[in-house]
Formats: sequence, C-alpha cells, structure tokens
Amino acid sequence: MAGNKPRVGSFSRNFTAASNTISQIPGLKHGPNGTMFLSSGILDLDKILGGGFTLGSLVMVMEDPEAPHHMLLIRNFMSQGLVHNQPLLYASPAKDPRGFLGTLPSPMFSKDEKSRDRDAEQEKGLRIAWQYKKYFEEQNSEFQRDEKSEYCNDFDLRKPLERHFYSGQQIDCIRLEDSADLTTFHDRCSSFLSQTPRNDRNITCPGRIAIQSLGAPQCDFADKECDMLSFVRSLKNTIRSSNAVAVITFPPSLFSPSFSKRLQHLADTLVSVKAIPDEDKELAKLLTGYQDMVGLLSVHKVARINTQVPTILEATTFSMKLQKRRSLILECLNQAPIDGSSGSSYASSGSCTGSSKTGALDF
Amino acid sequence: MDVQVPNLLDDALGGGGRVVLIEDCVETSGAFVLHHFLKRSLSPNSSDAVIFLSFSQPFSHYDRILRKMGCNLVVRRDNKRLLFFDLLMLNSLGREEEKTSEDLLLSLYEKVHKAVEICSSPARNITIIIDDVSLLEVAVNCLSNMVLDFLHYCYSLTAEFGCSLITLNHEDIYSSLDKSSLILQMEYHADVVIKAEPLSTGLATDVHGQLTVIDKGLGGGVCNSGKICNFQFRIKDNQIEYFYPGSRT
Repeated sequence: MAGNKPRVGSFSRNFTAASNTISQIPGLKHGPNGTMFLSSGILDLDKILGGGFTLGSLVMVMEDPEAPHHMLLIRNFMSQGLVHNQPLLYASPAKDPRGFLGTLPSPMFSKDEKSRDRDAEQEKGLRIAWQYKKYFEEQNSEFQRDEKSEYCNDFDLRKPLERHFYSGQQIDCIRLEDSADLTTFHDRCSSFLSQTPRNDRNITCPGRIAIQSLGAPQCDFADKECDMLSFVRSLKNTIRSSNAVAVITFPPSLFSPSFSKRLQHLADTLVSVKAIPDEDKELAKLLTGYQDMVGLLSVHKVARINTQVPTILEATTFSMKLQKRRSLILECLNQAPIDGSSGSSYASSGSCTGSSKTGALDF
Repeated sequence: MDVQVPNLLDDALGGGGRVVLIEDCVETSGAFVLHHFLKRSLSPNSSDAVIFLSFSQPFSHYDRILRKMGCNLVVRRDNKRLLFFDLLMLNSLGREEEKTSEDLLLSLYEKVHKAVEICSSPARNITIIIDDVSLLEVAVNCLSNMVLDFLHYCYSLTAEFGCSLITLNHEDIYSSLDKSSLILQMEYHADVVIKAEPLSTGLATDVHGQLTVIDKGLGGGVCNSGKICNFQFRIKDNQIEYFYPGSRT
C-alpha cells in the first residue's frame, strides 16, 4: 500500500468527544466514511485491506479442502480479540470448541524480536531491483509500544496463548453439531451481539464472531442451503447495527456453485485461501521464495460500507509465508527473473486476468 | 469525456413506465447504477417520487453515499419524495414455509401498492427500486416462483400507474442453473437490461468496469429496434464517470 496515499486537503475532521474515546479503546481505529476498523490479527492483511476489518461487516473466507490455511486467519483473528479483551463468540463443527482456545497463538513481544526486518538475513550485498518494494517497508520505523495498546499484534504461531487471556472472559463457544437447525445458533449470536450495540453515545468494546467451516458435513444443516443463507443474511444485518465483526469460513467445494455465489455476494469482505502444491517445479520457476510459501491468499472483495467507491488493490493474490515458522506474513507475488536461456516468457501468476466474457468493444 | 454517454443511461428511463434490470457479479457491483437512478429521480428540478425497497443495506448507507453525490435523502424522505422500506430483517421464520412466505410477499405488495397510490395523487413519475432481488429470494426461503409472482404484480403496477421499476440482481448466481431461472425471466420482462462486468483484462484504478446497456426499444414509439451500448465507468465519491473505451484523457 505504499503507493496509495490519500490526498490530504486543508480541511481537518472535527472529531466529537465521543469519537475521541475511540482512540483510547485498544483495537479500534477510525476508518473512512464514518466507519471504524478492527484488526484482523495479521499485520499484512490489515495493510492490504486499508486498515483492518470494518466494524459492522461480514468477512467470509473460502476454504481450500486441501489445506487448513483458513485456520491461520481464524486463529490470528481470535487471538487479537482476546489480547484486546474483546468479547468473542466461536463456533465450529468440532467436538470440543473450547479446547481450540488452547491452540491460539500468543503475541510476540516487540522488545524481544525484531520481527519486521526480514531482509537483514537475506542478501545484504546484492540488491535486486525488481524486489525493491520490500525494502521500502523497512523505512517504517518500529517504536516500542506496550503490547496491549498496539492495534495489531504479531502472533507467534508456535507459542500457545496464555491462559489468563481466555479464562474468565466473555467467550462463547458453540458446537455447530448441536444446532439441528440454525435458529438456536442464530439466537445465541443475536444475544451475543446485543452486548455490543452501536450507538453514538458510548462506545462499547467491539465484539468478534468467528465461525469456522459453516456447512461442513458434520453439521445437520449442511444440506439445507436456504437455511444457511437465511442465517448468514440475518447475521449480516444484525452485525451491521452492532459494533462487531464476524468472520465465517466455508468450504465452497462442498456447495453448489449457485449457493457459493450467493454466500460470496453476502460477504462484505471476501477472501479465499489456496494450497500450494509441494515440489511444483513450474511454480518454483515462476515465483521467488516458492520454498517458503505455505499457501496463497486472494482478496476478492473489500468492504464498502457507506461508500460506493470500490477499493482497487495493487495486487489481489498474496503468498502466505511463515516467517521463521512463527509468524504469518503475506507478500506480493514476485515473478522470478526470466531465465535468459529459455526462450519463452512465463505469464506472471500474480496477474489478475479475469475470465469474464469479452465486451462488444473490447480491444 | 464523452458528454453523450451519461444520457444513454438516462434515456433508458426516458418515458416512464419502463422496467429496468441491473445485473452484476461478485467482481463488479452494480449498486452504483442504483445510486445514479436514485439521484436522478430525486433531483431538485422535478417532483418525482421514489419507492425504495431495500433488502441489502440500511438507510444510513445510502444516505451517506447520496449526500456525497449532492442529494440529501433525509430531506427527501421528510418531503415524502422518497419512501424507504427497510426490509433487511424481513424473513419468514416458521414451520409452514409456503404459507408464511406467501403472506409476506402479499403484505409487501400491498405496502408497495399503497405507496404508489399515495405518491400518485399529485401526478408525477414514480420509480420503484428493489435492492436486491436475490436477497428477496432468501427472505422467502428461495421459493423463486413466489418471487416471480411478486415481480409480475410489480410489473402490472408499471402498466396501471405508469411508474418505472428498477431491480438489481446478481447474474452469476444463476449462471450455473438450468434454463428457466429467475434471472432469465427477469431479463425477458425488462425493457432495459444493464450489465455491470469487470474488464476482461482485470483490475485497474482508472477504469472500474464496463457497462452494457441493452435497450429493447419496446416503448412502441419511434424506436422499435433494440440498442446495445457498451462503455466503461469509473466510480468516484461524488459522481460516476462514463466513457467509451480509450476516450478518457
């Protein structure tokens, strides 16, 4: 997002007293058009989305059946909420959703690790021009801040979250298997969301809802597509009028294309994760850093609340890497330098060629 | 910038009593066309009225967007030029699905009919806008036949009262379904179909997509032949720019 600087005019926004308190609530920050942002728990994703997840929006993640990368997104999202003491509702088709809390990552202390200087270990001498964008990021200096007051923490995926973050907290864990139809689940979500209503007078702590694998085969309602649509639609509308963000992951490969498209249209922010095959020689030739990649993340839609202007990203597909096997970073795909000896040129897999029908006057 | 082009979109609504269908997809949202029509109908020069059935966004969303475009929806609502129905929470929860969905649609139609009657007492152009039909389907448990019936009743309103009907639906939901899908029926009944699609070359900051306007020319007047226009657009906060490909400076 280095190139997308908004134009600064001579007018400055006149913040009311109520909104000044927002800056004192950790984990919230102002967004454009009267919206507020919540951190996703992944620093790079926040940057890509322009600040984070918009409060009152519905985020949907399309899973890949071959790899559990959506869990990385859910884990970071939940951990961030717990670190900031935000109420959380977690639902999953697993037998023991509460146990999942023990696998959440712990925030890294910025004092111990310099997590941002990734390139220090890399080639210091020779800097290759086509990767220069990475080096621009280094100029954002890191200043020491208390971990609690940081908007987005860096999470160490190898270290589990300390108990005190999730014991005695307002955390609701729901087994999706238990809800034969979705009405009971929906009622629990509604009562959770009534804790974080939206009004202008006092800003309450924002809430987070994380629903993992909605429509997975273990759930009884998995074949009732219309019920699921009604549920997601009601949840979306309830969330809009409350101070919360919901992240729902679902497996599109198990659904009919029509149903999957309806869910995609319902989402405010839509993201998909894809697995990267191991030892793919073609991809290895095409991309740099292929060996470190665990998956690909594509951003299909970014929430447009209170505005009609679409967010055009510089790139829509990012590689997911585990830096030092600890923290999740998202990087733009970089095409490897074309080998002079081989004659043909490779299409960059980071390009965004859509496969829509050609218009009548297409050049 | 081509000055003719915006008139293409406006000419589509020209005579009143037209049915317009807006189609979009996940990659490119067609909601901005609704905002354009909303602003046009509520312009200060005329006394036209708009009946807005919203299934997807609350009033505050449209209010903020239209305010940046120079149209104050709150004032229009107070002046009874805009009748906004917030139908976000409309759904038929209940065991006897068919009965309650039917009642739901019937009561909704009655509300719309009454609203049209109220608005037509000082004679003026009335526009009914539905955003969007796929969510209306979800609200009635995906019984698309009932949605079709409801739309037929709305079409009859256009004939009876001379009002226009503008609906938005998502074309990619139905593209994998069998032939007699809801979108095909809606396309058949519409006088004008406006399709918002992404560029086949992908994303661009200056061009947000392309619009194809198919005017069937069924107005019965001078122009009986259909017209197809294709142009590109760029969406900004305060306006939408339309231009032919390559003609932007």
